[in-house]
Amino acid sequence: MFDWFNSLDATTQAVIFTGLKAVVCFAIMMTMFAYTVVLERRVCAWIQDRIGPNRVGPFGLLQPAADGIKAFFKEEMTPAHVRKVLFTLAPMLALIPAILNLAVIPFGSKLGKQPMVLADLNVGILYTFGVVSLGVYSIVLAGYASNSKFPFLGGIRSTAQMISYEIAMGMSVIPIFLYVGDLNLSKVIEAQAGTQLGFLPNWFVIQNPMTFLAFCIFLIASFAETNRTPFDLPEAEQELAGGYNIEYSSMKFAMFFMGEYCNMILVSAMMVTLFFGGWTLPWFGLDQPATTLPGGVLHIGIFLGKLFLFLVLFIWIRWMWPRFRYDQLMNLGWRRFVPLALANILITAVWLWWRSAK
Amino acid sequence: MIVKRKPLNLAERLYLPAIIGGFKVTLRHFFKKKVTMQYPEEKWVVPEGYRGAPYLVKDQEGNTKCVSCQLCEFVCPPKAIKITPPGPVVSNADRPNAEKMPKEFEINMLRCIFCGFCQEVCPEEAIFLQKDYSLTGTSRAEMIYNKETLLALGGVHAGIQKWKHKAEEAKAQESFPVKV
Repeated sequence: MFDWFNSLDATTQAVIFTGLKAVVCFAIMMTMFAYTVVLERRVCAWIQDRIGPNRVGPFGLLQPAADGIKAFFKEEMTPAHVRKVLFTLAPMLALIPAILNLAVIPFGSKLGKQPMVLADLNVGILYTFGVVSLGVYSIVLAGYASNSKFPFLGGIRSTAQMISYEIAMGMSVIPIFLYVGDLNLSKVIEAQAGTQLGFLPNWFVIQNPMTFLAFCIFLIASFAETNRTPFDLPEAEQELAGGYNIEYSSMKFAMFFMGEYCNMILVSAMMVTLFFGGWTLPWFGLDQPATTLPGGVLHIGIFLGKLFLFLVLFIWIRWMWPRFRYDQLMNLGWRRFVPLALANILITAVWLWWRSAK
Repeated sequence: MIVKRKPLNLAERLYLPAIIGGFKVTLRHFFKKKVTMQYPEEKWVVPEGYRGAPYLVKDQEGNTKCVSCQLCEFVCPPKAIKITPPGPVVSNADRPNAEKMPKEFEINMLRCIFCGFCQEVCPEEAIFLQKDYSLTGTSRAEMIYNKETLLALGGVHAGIQKWKHKAEEAKAQESFPVKV
């Protein structure tokens, strides 16, 4: 039955496969978003000695469906004074960068002959940061287009935060690429194959102090970038009644929400790829591209497992710590992380130069 | 007085004690027994003497105790009780020797304030505040409970058997000296 398919030329086949992968990735991403919300609510409940949503379906597993139906049937309010085009555009912009970033994440080695990455770009990380920085426009536009004072102030607050931490975030990963010598994310994973000291994984997070520092800065900056506690000033649910998204309702509000969670998933995926060896495990030869179909599936499973642990960390931390004050946040970003990241780049570069000169 | 602020050491400035403390507290609570009560399936244990909805009770032989004296109707502060007495001629008693049984006995549960005056005033011990606290209905009419409903919900109250004791007292009074 695949005769017609084999008769096609290589380009067409690649297009079909990439399209298929994109659709499946998108579906998995949306499912993960839905269940991350459930996970968040359950973990939050458990930490607070409660049970959490367990009514819809077995163990509350159909909760996302109920939430989705609720969001769709809520009244869609567009205040009269908003700038309509930008007001509609902003929630879309919250979601789109997160989905676009999916393209360069290698989420598996090989399934059959197909590499498990949508676009194996040679400028993978540049693309990622380029697209991530688009995310800030959704907040700027939402704050501006709402044409109302509270969203405006919230928008300014969030914009400042996201721009500040983007710098630290972007600079924190440079040491990794100095080590790897390539901007392609698949190459980054290849560089983390194997073990050190015989049994420890050769992941960048524990490879040496410089990459560990890079991970710490990246982790904290990613909390700020995704507007999660302890840096969730853009939303500040308890005392500010929201920020840039006050004037939104129904599905438009839900899209900001989806954007936040998709960004969380994406940032987790980036951390897994950059610092935790992506789809590899250093043992049992799982650090080499799979040759069999079950091996390929296993690699995807490993990637999703690591991703899941990061999502749990994100959620856990949200229910653990209070929020940073705004001046503390800015202080931390500009006067701690930016110089630290810069110093890290310098030290790594000098060290690599010294090592190669020896 | 100016309290000297202790300078933070390096670990504290890196938020390390706060991080560890946070992890410890949340982990402990994560595995703790949950306090949520899953309401419709689990319910509170209602304490003795709780003043819930007033229902009519039957005696140990299953007979209606109410004799339509209407004291509860008169004493009821929100006028939730409405009794229709049998009238002078017609008797709707379901057994011989029955006293005036009410033709109809209605309590409007939307008006009832659960004060317990009806239970206090009843000479026959025919009405008691019981343990029901969540009465629901889909209409106002549904929330007016009639005699059958009240008797069915009230059940048998064999604890106080006024007429049995009265009979025993009368018997005891027949001989002299009275020994009660």
